[in-house]
Amino acid sequence: MTVVPDTPAPPFRLPRPIRLIGGTALSLAITILGLLLVTFIIGRVVPIDPVLAIIGERATTEQYEATRIALGLDEPMWKQFAIYVGDAVQGDLGQSLRTRREVSEDIIRYFPATLELATIATLFGVLVGVPAGVLAATRPGTWVDQIVRIVGLMGYSMPVFWLGLLALLIFYGILGWVGGPGRLDAGFSMMFELDVPQRTGMILIDTALAGEWAMFRNALSHIVLPSAVLGYTSMAYISRMTRSFMMNELGQEYITTARVKGMPEWRVVWVHALKNVMVPLITVIALSYAYLLEGSVLTETIFAWPGLGSYITDALFAADMPAVLGGTVVVGVVFVTLNMASDLLYRLVDPRAR
Amino acid sequence: MATMTEWLRDPSPSSRLQARLGQSYLAWLRMRRNPLAMVGLFIILLLLAMAAFAPWLATHDPLTQNLGQRLLPPGTPGHWLGTDDFGRDIWSRIVYGSRITLYIVTLVAVTAPLLGLMIGTVAGYFGGWVDQVLMRITDIFLAFPRLILALALVAVLGPGIENAVLAIALTAWPPYARVARAETLTVRTSDYIAAVRLQGAGSGRIIWGHVMPMCLPSVIIRVTLDMAGVILIAAGLGFLGLGVQPPTPEWGLMISSGRKFLFEQWWVATMPGLAIFIVSLGFNLLGDGLRDVLDPRSSGK
Repeated sequence: MTVVPDTPAPPFRLPRPIRLIGGTALSLAITILGLLLVTFIIGRVVPIDPVLAIIGERATTEQYEATRIALGLDEPMWKQFAIYVGDAVQGDLGQSLRTRREVSEDIIRYFPATLELATIATLFGVLVGVPAGVLAATRPGTWVDQIVRIVGLMGYSMPVFWLGLLALLIFYGILGWVGGPGRLDAGFSMMFELDVPQRTGMILIDTALAGEWAMFRNALSHIVLPSAVLGYTSMAYISRMTRSFMMNELGQEYITTARVKGMPEWRVVWVHALKNVMVPLITVIALSYAYLLEGSVLTETIFAWPGLGSYITDALFAADMPAVLGGTVVVGVVFVTLNMASDLLYRLVDPRAR
Repeated sequence: MATMTEWLRDPSPSSRLQARLGQSYLAWLRMRRNPLAMVGLFIILLLLAMAAFAPWLATHDPLTQNLGQRLLPPGTPGHWLGTDDFGRDIWSRIVYGSRITLYIVTLVAVTAPLLGLMIGTVAGYFGGWVDQVLMRITDIFLAFPRLILALALVAVLGPGIENAVLAIALTAWPPYARVARAETLTVRTSDYIAAVRLQGAGSGRIIWGHVMPMCLPSVIIRVTLDMAGVILIAAGLGFLGLGVQPPTPEWGLMISSGRKFLFEQWWVATMPGLAIFIVSLGFNLLGDGLRDVLDPRSSGK
């Protein structure tokens, strides 16, 4: 009787999705730690004395020392950093010198406006950019392709603040088609603050929930312009990437097969090819969404939009470093998270990316 | 001239210089077929000429104020692009502003790629934990949105042109490090590197003299493509009042000074923006063309 040797048990490995998610979470944590280190270093080399900024010039030496100890500035650097990280993880980003509120509280108040703006801008970028990219890819070298390419290059080349000013001049100043700077007309602003329950902080959703349709329309007329300006850059990026993905896809054999079998061309392009392009496209859209956070700094300044971008720039001019750095950390964290989430999604969904 | 092209096209070049120039000549021929890239090149040459001949091109002194002539519309005799709120000629200010733009772009184009090259080649050449640490740092810097990091840096350093350049350079290097590392990984195990090592060359010498030159072409393409972004960020910093300080004629700053009377005197903000747009379009067009020519992987698409 021969003994059949046991096949050696395969070494225990976690299922792939869990390994992927775990790996991503780990590198996310490390990156965020590094992010905090950078803002910590920036915050420590700043020439503004944080103690003086809080207690003022005329405080006594005892008060000065007491505040210094209360802020933990007498501790060694590594310990200060540990405290900083610990606080940040718990959502404590320090106190704003300008508004005298917690920075995290301020950010919660300002963030929805930016989120709303960026979401509508992305929507615009996708609704225009994807069809434009597909059209260009199906007609390479033609005038359609050239126009998409040039419009895209213009989007990359235009200073967003200049585009915003021009749009404001033309569509608000001359044509009067849309609302001006701000989220609402002055008459509605007061009403919004007093009468509309601010459930989400996003003006379109809040007014719709409250059934204030006149106010909703007014808010819509105010958001159209900044979101279109902001969305132009992401439209340029999305159309360019869609074009290159589609070109690649349309060269595949299954496309030829579908064509040979007599499938109508629109179905080949818009159903078969586009479906396979969707996954990489989603990562591109997530990335462009993250870049909008950056573009929003300048756009919000132009359109007096009370979002995170305005918050950071206003804080900058008031030399309010806790607010500037807190805002930077939040934007950085959102940016990294979106980035890694899209990458993870791509690797989980698309079997080719193994 | 005919002998010149023959010398360039010689299939068996007799010197290294001839081979190199011949290669560039072929690349030039390929690029000449790309009309958009030629437009880009033309715009950049125009910018260079503008900066070089500013005193002759400008019709007025860019800084002299003349309150009697403030806010004249474009087309006024003597001020064909109009004047700003201090009565300064906008055309002359744009002409002199090209020097500021070129100054910022040049400084960033020298410092950021150099930093990126050093970090990328060292990481790629040594591998192991050096690579791990350096690339992790690169990723962290890459994780910040550039404008926001530049804003935070300028907030610490204080406004001014040198600090703006420093902030932009500190945010611009990570992509170059990535590119340089990827190139280094492909040449690291080549025979010629092994030969140099056997001749007794140290790591520093190998990286500086034999690895870095191989990374240059891809880094240069990246630089050209990035210059438009650098111009836009510099203009954005200027616009927010964090870059160059008044009364220096910087384009972004000029836009922000024209913002106050946008609806009445539109030209004050519009004209310098047009200059920024055209120049960064030029860099984008040229970069796009260069990539098609020098990077065989993307050609044909």
